[in-house]
Amino acid sequence: MNAISDPGPALLEVRGLSKSFGTLRALQEVDFTLRAGEIHALLGENGAGKSTLIKAVTGVFPRDAGIVRLGGVEVAPRSAKAAVDAGIATVYQEVNLLLNLSVAQNLYLGRQPTRFGLVREAEMRRCAAALLAEFDLHIDVAEPLGNYSVAVQHITAIARAVDQSAQVLILDEPTASLDRHEVEILFAVMRKLAQRGIGVIFVTHFLDQVYEICDRITVLRNGRLIGERTTAELPRIELIRMMLGRELAETTSERTAAHARQVGEICARFEDYGKAGYVAPFNLALRRGEVVGLAGLLGSGRTETARLVFGAERADSGSATVDGKPVRLQSPRDAVAHGFGYCPEERKTEGIIADLTVRENIVLALQAKRGLAKPLSRSEQEGIAMRFIGLLDIRPPEPERPIGLLSGGNQQKVLLARWLATAPRLLVLDEPTRGIDVGAHAEIIRLIRDLCDDGLALLVISSELDEIVTYSDRVVVLRDRAHVDELEGDAIDISNILAAIAVAGSAGAEAGQP
Amino acid sequence: MRRLPPVAITAMVFVVGFALCTVQFPNFASTRVAANLLTDNAFLGIVAAGMTFVIISGGIDLSVGSVIGFTTVFVALAIERLGLPPLVAFAAILLLCAAFGAAMGAVIHVFDMPPFIVTLAGMFLARGASFLMSTESTPISAPLYSTVSDFAVRPPGGGRLTAIALIMLAVVAAGAVLLHFTRFGANVYALGGSRTTTALMGIPVGSMTVRIYMLSSVLAGLAGIVFSFYTAAGYSLSAVGVELDSIAAVVIGGTLLTGGQGSVVGTLLGVLIQGLIQTYINFDGTLSSWWTKIVTGILLFAFIALQQAMLGIARRAGPRKAGVHKS
Repeated sequence: MNAISDPGPALLEVRGLSKSFGTLRALQEVDFTLRAGEIHALLGENGAGKSTLIKAVTGVFPRDAGIVRLGGVEVAPRSAKAAVDAGIATVYQEVNLLLNLSVAQNLYLGRQPTRFGLVREAEMRRCAAALLAEFDLHIDVAEPLGNYSVAVQHITAIARAVDQSAQVLILDEPTASLDRHEVEILFAVMRKLAQRGIGVIFVTHFLDQVYEICDRITVLRNGRLIGERTTAELPRIELIRMMLGRELAETTSERTAAHARQVGEICARFEDYGKAGYVAPFNLALRRGEVVGLAGLLGSGRTETARLVFGAERADSGSATVDGKPVRLQSPRDAVAHGFGYCPEERKTEGIIADLTVRENIVLALQAKRGLAKPLSRSEQEGIAMRFIGLLDIRPPEPERPIGLLSGGNQQKVLLARWLATAPRLLVLDEPTRGIDVGAHAEIIRLIRDLCDDGLALLVISSELDEIVTYSDRVVVLRDRAHVDELEGDAIDISNILAAIAVAGSAGAEAGQP
Repeated sequence: MRRLPPVAITAMVFVVGFALCTVQFPNFASTRVAANLLTDNAFLGIVAAGMTFVIISGGIDLSVGSVIGFTTVFVALAIERLGLPPLVAFAAILLLCAAFGAAMGAVIHVFDMPPFIVTLAGMFLARGASFLMSTESTPISAPLYSTVSDFAVRPPGGGRLTAIALIMLAVVAAGAVLLHFTRFGANVYALGGSRTTTALMGIPVGSMTVRIYMLSSVLAGLAGIVFSFYTAAGYSLSAVGVELDSIAAVVIGGTLLTGGQGSVVGTLLGVLIQGLIQTYINFDGTLSSWWTKIVTGILLFAFIALQQAMLGIARRAGPRKAGVHKS
């Protein structure tokens, strides 16, 4: 973290900004100050007004009231382009670049060097390579951008923004789809930009990253400014209190008496189960009423394990038994028939069907299990939907609302409901709290605990170690696509997991999360 | 941009096809056949060059065949009935086509309508308007027409590289430069990659859309003028279905129907392959000329299957992690 000596001169000043959508007051007289050369976290739960603030400042939405000053001069951009011209650039989570164009074209689209109306391709490539070299990125700029990783795409987007004389760079959840190593690269770029005197606004859900890189934090809640603090002076629990507006019982590292819970007989067992080049053979036994956490870095084989267990990939070695009987899991269909359920990581692409209603999304797996010959009647469907909406407290409690309109946390609950409706014996949850705000986060964790109290076996994958520690009865640690350790009872804590991940020359720089 | 492989395959198909024809008919490989190939397909080459821009930008233009028909009737009536000098008639029709294309582009952009529907409406509109003007074939006897049809560059071997073939080659060359070496061309690819992203990157998407459809319609108008040179007449039923021939040529030329990738040179090759099949049928003398359509259909299917396969391979290979170095 960069030490802050004195607050530099204000670079971007937002004063009294208000914005309403119909009767919803999305922003109410919000002030925000960004200083040159600082990395400033903009935090808040979903719906706090972060995106609205960004969009009102960058001219995507017109604002109802308030002024924005950039370097002391009032600016009122009317479009994203006008904002860029004024010196305020935004890089969104979904990289807004063109994967079919070359890296060089992406950097200079619309402002390519030309001579007699023709683009000077060689000149453009030379400039592009030089520009990216400033960010320690040495790639062939003539290749299509789509050939490179998301991290490279992000850096390209940032390089484009910065090169267009941006004084203010807004990064909206840039790290959500990056692994640890890529995050490091992005952070190095952000630090370099701050050193140059650019003000960086960093929107994220990852509080660890906030404490790692940000100088200052502004918190919004329900469209209002809650406060601005320097990171060094703001303890984490205080930050969470600001975000939630209520005392939150220590969510982190609180081991409930999970091990005191009654753990039942083994309901599914995998022996020497594996697939060459995918996951090394592993032994895994899952008991009723037990939560098994899968911990490890991105790419360590957690999701791969889950997909093997669920039959989404076929194992080529080992055997599986369910309730003591050997079974073959050749496809998800087989797995569902044996009472397995799987909530995948990519909620938007692999989980929900955005245009269908909450009710339709909930009954999907149950209907598939019953087969098309035995349709659920409309009233049965409604009964099931209402039961789970009540049980899981899905909001708003409207079964006929398209699921795409719900918040991330509520979409996740609908996915849980989908599998719970099939009365499974084993449920696999891959990153159940990803991209969900802090409040819904705690609720999902509570749900996970309740579920296994009811005798369900759960296999949960999460990158958030404190979360895994909170609810797991056992933790399987993975590294480099193999199960390397299993922790039980009092041995489960973050330092033990990190130690297991870090053992003996695990890929150097990628050592676990702080 | 890697635009070589699909074009290379198209070029290979053309060369192999030409070689096979030569094996069967020894006098096939002559400048006469080659020059006729260019002349007979001049109007198709011009209109397909415009279509290439539209398809790379992620759109489609179904109106071009009707615009050609409208143009021939308009030019014939303007010269023969109204007694306008041909060059004035040409200028008028090209302006009219530009306005027509701009209007379609504006409707597509402003009302956010699918290009398929808007240009389908344009297709009926232009065809209907040409019937309204005249339902009969009107011969054109202006002196300019005989001058143009007499003009030809004569390479050795008895071929006649006609004026309209030269116009087509010039259009293709200019189109290739415009597409590959200008900001306008880069924007066309960008639009085909993603409209919203292109807009977010500060490219004026609306004016680009208008200009792309304008370009397509103006080239359709020019193709219509060329077609009137070719037939020395204006007829409201001319060039029916040419929009589909030109789409086929574009796709066979290696342009992705979903946009974002392609080339004008590939399109020329696509046109020439269709012409080659027709020429083969003429040489053979016993085959029905409808075989052209059948072979074109098979080729089209093969090329789309090929594109899908190549996309699939690219997707499976996935994005490379290479290139991230910390110094």
